[in-house]
Amino acid sequence: MNSIESAVPPPRSYLDDGHSLRSWLFTHDHKRIAILYALAITFFFFLGGFAAMLIRLELITPAGDLLTADAYNKAFTFHGVVMVWFFLIPSIPATLGNFLLPMMIGARDMAFPRLNLFSWYLYMIGGLFTLAMLVLGGVDTGWTFYTPFSTMFSNGHVMLTVVGVFVVGFSSILTGINFIVTTHSMRAPGMTWMRLPLFVWAMYAVALVMVLATPVLAMTLSLIALERIFGVGIFDPALGGDPVLFQHFFWFYSHPAVYIMVLPAMGVVSELITAGARKRIFGYRFMVWAIVGISVVGFLVWGHHMFVAGQSMYASMVFSILSFIIAVPSAIKVFNWTATLYKGRIDFNAPMLYALGFVGLFMLGGMTGIFLAATALDVSLHDTYFVVAHFHYIMVGGSVMAYLGGIHFWWPKVTGRLYSQAWARFAAILMFFGFNLTFFPQYLLGYEGMPRRYHEYLPQFQVLNILSSAGASILAVSYLLPLVYLGWSLRHGPRAGPNPWRAKGLEWLTDSPPPTHNFEVTPVVNEGPYAYEDA
Amino acid sequence: MMTMAPPQASTLAGSVDTLFDVMLALTGTISVAVFVVMIFFCVKYRRRSHADRSNANQTRLGVEVAWTVVPFLMFMALFGWSISLWSRMRTPPADAAPIYVVAKQWMWKVQHPGGQREIDSLHVPLGRPIRLVMTSQDVIHDFYVPAFRQKQDVLPGRYTQLWFTATREGEYPLLCSQYCGTDHARMTGNVTVMKPADYARWLQAHAGTGLAEQGAERFRRFGCSGCHGSQSSVHAPDLDGLYGSTVPLADGSQVRADDRYIRDSIMLPRKQVAAGYAPIMPSYTGRIGEDDVLALIAYLKSRHATTETAREQH
Repeated sequence: MNSIESAVPPPRSYLDDGHSLRSWLFTHDHKRIAILYALAITFFFFLGGFAAMLIRLELITPAGDLLTADAYNKAFTFHGVVMVWFFLIPSIPATLGNFLLPMMIGARDMAFPRLNLFSWYLYMIGGLFTLAMLVLGGVDTGWTFYTPFSTMFSNGHVMLTVVGVFVVGFSSILTGINFIVTTHSMRAPGMTWMRLPLFVWAMYAVALVMVLATPVLAMTLSLIALERIFGVGIFDPALGGDPVLFQHFFWFYSHPAVYIMVLPAMGVVSELITAGARKRIFGYRFMVWAIVGISVVGFLVWGHHMFVAGQSMYASMVFSILSFIIAVPSAIKVFNWTATLYKGRIDFNAPMLYALGFVGLFMLGGMTGIFLAATALDVSLHDTYFVVAHFHYIMVGGSVMAYLGGIHFWWPKVTGRLYSQAWARFAAILMFFGFNLTFFPQYLLGYEGMPRRYHEYLPQFQVLNILSSAGASILAVSYLLPLVYLGWSLRHGPRAGPNPWRAKGLEWLTDSPPPTHNFEVTPVVNEGPYAYEDA
Repeated sequence: MMTMAPPQASTLAGSVDTLFDVMLALTGTISVAVFVVMIFFCVKYRRRSHADRSNANQTRLGVEVAWTVVPFLMFMALFGWSISLWSRMRTPPADAAPIYVVAKQWMWKVQHPGGQREIDSLHVPLGRPIRLVMTSQDVIHDFYVPAFRQKQDVLPGRYTQLWFTATREGEYPLLCSQYCGTDHARMTGNVTVMKPADYARWLQAHAGTGLAEQGAERFRRFGCSGCHGSQSSVHAPDLDGLYGSTVPLADGSQVRADDRYIRDSIMLPRKQVAAGYAPIMPSYTGRIGEDDVLALIAYLKSRHATTETAREQH
């Protein structure tokens, strides 16, 4: 292999390897595909964010005065569908994962570069269906498509939405296959499994979950189509079906999907904290097994979404104990991140602030998950704002913070430019406060008994709703800020050099931005990850 | 924050709140402890500090095992506590009085056995266990009374139940907490808890034809008696004493004739055909409402009761 590598002509950065639109749209380069994904998911993030803004504006007053009930229902459905399938699930894997996985293991590209490009096109086709749904008038089923409402009662564009999600699901299956094969077959000499950075472990685990869980989503959506179009009785009892069966199918995918959203975040944060503290991760093996444990047990807890849905009492007991158990590996990870700070040499750069923010918010989200795992408490809290707050702490406080932390950490590698640390730190801190102001009041709302998906509410809930909406406006500003200073850095930022953070990891050995084939000479690995010795 | 909880108006509410408070104290303490340690490390080991950093990269197995096992044991204890309370919440006492609830987009229809009907409101007596038997006419709804700390999805095509014993007089919000379409947020009502004497007066004032008698009337009106009546020439099962009995089915299995079986036999007659009878019963799906089915079940139950008494007298 080495002789082939050395025959490569002098490296040209992947960004300079063709400037035409064609050179981007037909690229096989994992790094360019990552950027195509990043542009697309940023668009959908702000679109979904706009829907969130409408929701928060409506909820400032108890009466439904800004939107009609139907418009409100369409807004939260659109927000959920877009944020889950078109932002959160692809976010870290399709952008940072695509860009970094080959580089971190010392490979020149993914195992299947064409498949990688194809998966982006599938994502875009799914996205077009979703945009068509929006333009034609939206859908009001909620992102969960509960039957028989979605199959027999809703008048919205259910089929367009379902087809969009069906197609985008194949995009994540293909990405998953690519990650698995790449990790197995393209590691550089000496890169053993126990020397993989935790980010690669997270990508590998998430790829397995994507490949195993997403087909169940595809199947479930097909069954919705069968019932809605052809009236085949599967879920609607009036046709002889069972509506709870849908919930089993749906959550069999959608609970693992929660881990599709949060495992990559855990991977990112492990890289950020070790680099920020200039220390090896505390308990590497425990971190690896925690990732594996979460992805396996993650398949066995779906029934905790159905404690009050009419599921058998004994089934609920089993799902409850498994849901308590899955909290253990998450706790291990939080403790290990904290212990990694011990005797470190901590630099509070912007990525580190995002990472520390992640740990705090993820812990609060995880702790409240334990309340919901307890059946006796879930009876009260289920389908209230407590649940809304809980999963936003995990997915927005957790995954989005980690995603942005990762963008800030690898920005110099991706673009070759540095950005304003002062602005970036300011945005990270603003985001932390804005987030807590938005979602902490929602815990209290749920505890007081405000159900979710309410267009109007009882007057006693108004103060907390106003706080939450105020927080949302701060949060919106903090999400727009990076567009400005990162955009500015593209043109005016100082050159970064190969390794501005003096971080460990193969991706930092090569130029910034890297050459098309990543490494001039395939690196040889002779030590574990995070070999920081200067602490 | 505890003052923000909804009022405690059922025998379960206090126990649920105690578990919540204990969990809050435990998880709160751990969270604060982790935050304090994190901030301490962040300050002590900031880049420019001169703190001792010898042997920084040690991983201690004992520490890892400790913070794996301790949370695990804590979780198991909380699970045990929660599950015992949960069993209580899900198992109505044998003497609980039934009241029937039919949900539809977007209202709650309540039927008392004595024939009293309510819409978007429910009157219950203080101190007596009440068992709500619930079903939906269309999509999935959810019956949620925060003050009782009880909640249960209400499904089409199935009966689910929810029980409580009210402990405090007053009016409490009733909310639909499963998204059910356009006016989901308006599918609300009130639960009124009354002193037993007031409740008796309320029942009297709103008494109508009893549910079983309504069922008897429907039994004739819908043509059930044409086949199932004693004078009928059609070969159809005799329904006297059916309720609660064990019915042999055409496929060789057996089923207990409970609410669900009777409902399915009316609405989905092909699902479980009684042994020895041709599957000629027409489906009533779409022809009668869930409240009609509840009345028919009440009627069959009453016929069961009269045959029982008759048997005892022999």
